[in-house]
Amino acid sequence: MSNSKSFEPACPLPASKMKTVQLAHGGGGRLMQDLIQEVFVRAFDNSMLAPLHDGATWPVEKGTLAFTTDSYVVRPLFFPGGDIGSLAVHGTINDLAMCGAKPLYLSAGFILEEGLSLDVLQQVVNSMAKAAQAAGVSIVTGDTKVVDRGKGDGIFINTAGVGLVPSGVRVLPTLIRPGDAILVSGDLGSHGVAVLSVREGLMFSGDVTSDSAPLHEVVGDLIESGIEIHCLRDLTRGGLASALNELAVAAKVGMAIDESAVPVLEPVRGACELLGLDPLYVANEGRFVAMVPESQAETTLAVMRRHAVSGQAARIGTVTDRHAPPVVLRTVLGTHRILDLLSGEQLPRIC
Amino acid sequence: MKYVDEFRDRAVAAALAERIKQIVRRPWTIMEVCGGQTHSIVRFGLDSLLPKDLTLVHGPGCPVCVTPIGLIDDAVRLARQPGVILCSFGDMLRVPGSQGDLFGAKADGADVRIVYSPLDALEVARANPNREIVCFAVGFETTAPPWAMAVVQAKASKLTNFSLLVAHVLVPPAMEAILSSPQNRIQGFLAAGHVCTVMGYEEYDAIAAKYRVPIVVTGFEPVDVLEGIAMLVSQLEAGKAEVENQYVRSVSREGNRQAQAIVDEVFEPALRAWRGIGEIPRSGLQIRSAYAAFDAAVRFRDVLASFGPAAQEDPECQSGLVLQGLLKPMDCPAFGSKCTPERPLGAPMVSSEGACSAYYRYRGQVTREA
Repeated sequence: MSNSKSFEPACPLPASKMKTVQLAHGGGGRLMQDLIQEVFVRAFDNSMLAPLHDGATWPVEKGTLAFTTDSYVVRPLFFPGGDIGSLAVHGTINDLAMCGAKPLYLSAGFILEEGLSLDVLQQVVNSMAKAAQAAGVSIVTGDTKVVDRGKGDGIFINTAGVGLVPSGVRVLPTLIRPGDAILVSGDLGSHGVAVLSVREGLMFSGDVTSDSAPLHEVVGDLIESGIEIHCLRDLTRGGLASALNELAVAAKVGMAIDESAVPVLEPVRGACELLGLDPLYVANEGRFVAMVPESQAETTLAVMRRHAVSGQAARIGTVTDRHAPPVVLRTVLGTHRILDLLSGEQLPRIC
Repeated sequence: MKYVDEFRDRAVAAALAERIKQIVRRPWTIMEVCGGQTHSIVRFGLDSLLPKDLTLVHGPGCPVCVTPIGLIDDAVRLARQPGVILCSFGDMLRVPGSQGDLFGAKADGADVRIVYSPLDALEVARANPNREIVCFAVGFETTAPPWAMAVVQAKASKLTNFSLLVAHVLVPPAMEAILSSPQNRIQGFLAAGHVCTVMGYEEYDAIAAKYRVPIVVTGFEPVDVLEGIAMLVSQLEAGKAEVENQYVRSVSREGNRQAQAIVDEVFEPALRAWRGIGEIPRSGLQIRSAYAAFDAAVRFRDVLASFGPAAQEDPECQSGLVLQGLLKPMDCPAFGSKCTPERPLGAPMVSSEGACSAYYRYRGQVTREA
């Protein structure tokens, strides 16, 4: 066709010529192949993905594997400090890191809504590729489905991740012991407030950006430094309070937390005060809590603070042998109250 | 954080607690009117700093809690009407009506949207000219001005798809209802600081004089509440019954005249039912006839009438006694067993300002730490 601009064909064009995702992009035909080649393979480029087989294969080393899965449905897709793509990579890496594993390979399943801008998809995929490359992991297999307009929210991403746990390393809630120090890797609540502020069009003074970040390097450093890590947990939905409650119940211990030791940035505190939210329950995507023997608390903090992602690490409490209630908070006034699980999401208050 | 940290200062709080101990000679029972104050007391464990002879009871100042079940049912049913977008503050969505809550309606396909400001609801109306925007306008004197402003702006911009389902209530009539009750045991009030920011505190003079009770307009941070208590017990011990203002950084005697004027332009006092308490004359707000086009009670009169008589609150829910300060949440037989945040019998268990919710969240099933 010599003059393609004036010609409007009814047959499918290559993905790159279209501006939005069509149902046919998930239909298994040429359009889907074009999308896979031009968007995904180009961005994720690696030798294990290249054969485009039904799955990726690799030789198995001796040792213990860690395996995790997660799904990402964040709205809006782009927020200060990240997007759904980088979030999916960081979140999956972090789940592996919390098992003490070195992350190796990820999968990425995309559920795309008909009508999604291909530019937006390209940006998200590029962001995933960049985040994976920076973290030294490969996205080695994937899948794409397209749902009718109105039946999705732009992009949903499901991931799985595989990692290798170094020999001799065990990181489990049941290893938590009374007397352990409870450490948090940095300030809390920035991710939740950053996403909320753009989703609801709220303007807060001071730029709040998401804390979304990979945590495997600091965890790897803790392991290599010989820290006897009892347990790690990344602080995602439900925030610190929910994670501590889950761990305390699983380990049949209590936890005593000092509210004034928990780091929260000023703009995040301000936003939470205004909306009636408690930063201890707000989501994070690049923060974790660690339980280590008391004798190693200072060393652990020193190692954590060597990494930018955990430069503000702090000791926030101690594991106790009183397991009812699971978590007790010493307030800024020195009084005590329980730090409970919420029944659902926090809701902004009336006044 | 400025204006917060200094009011959560441990040393200042300890000094105030000590001052209260020095002042108190006899047992006193006082009520903090506002749910925000209740949460501050329970969240920061302020009652554990006070002498045992001083009893704090929690007042009716949680707008979500006092909204009767019939109005919640109306909101849920209106939300389920075809073409309606129901806008509400987030607090209301989990409050149970007789046939579920607004979250349930949303899950079933109703278009229920959380707004952060009444003016956000106006934007929803402008963006959806073919839909009926019904706003569940809940609150005390604090949120009445922005809802009034939204109605004035809706009229000015000739919006024809915007109305309020008004569940607004007023604080002073509720205080009088509590004081008039034969079971009353309240000897002094911490008045709600933010209500007084709007309304001032001139209207409390008559209540203090008539019922011989001291009233201290009080803020919400721990130091505010402790200072308010110190001022109140000083009056009680001295046999005084005056109106004082602790919350001077926010409240003036006359309040915010502009805000009062716009409320008066749009709303008028009306008989209002309070959950578990019953009807109190002139204790609520209704939209004036000049703005009837923006009143969901008028606009949807036939639809609302078709719903039949209002449902009754669950008889096992003791929220009426809790809201009048006659029962502590933990002394309710249903607390923590039949009534939890996941399966609430009444609104005080789910509202962020509800007394039952405060006790459940910050105290759980256990007595407080030593």
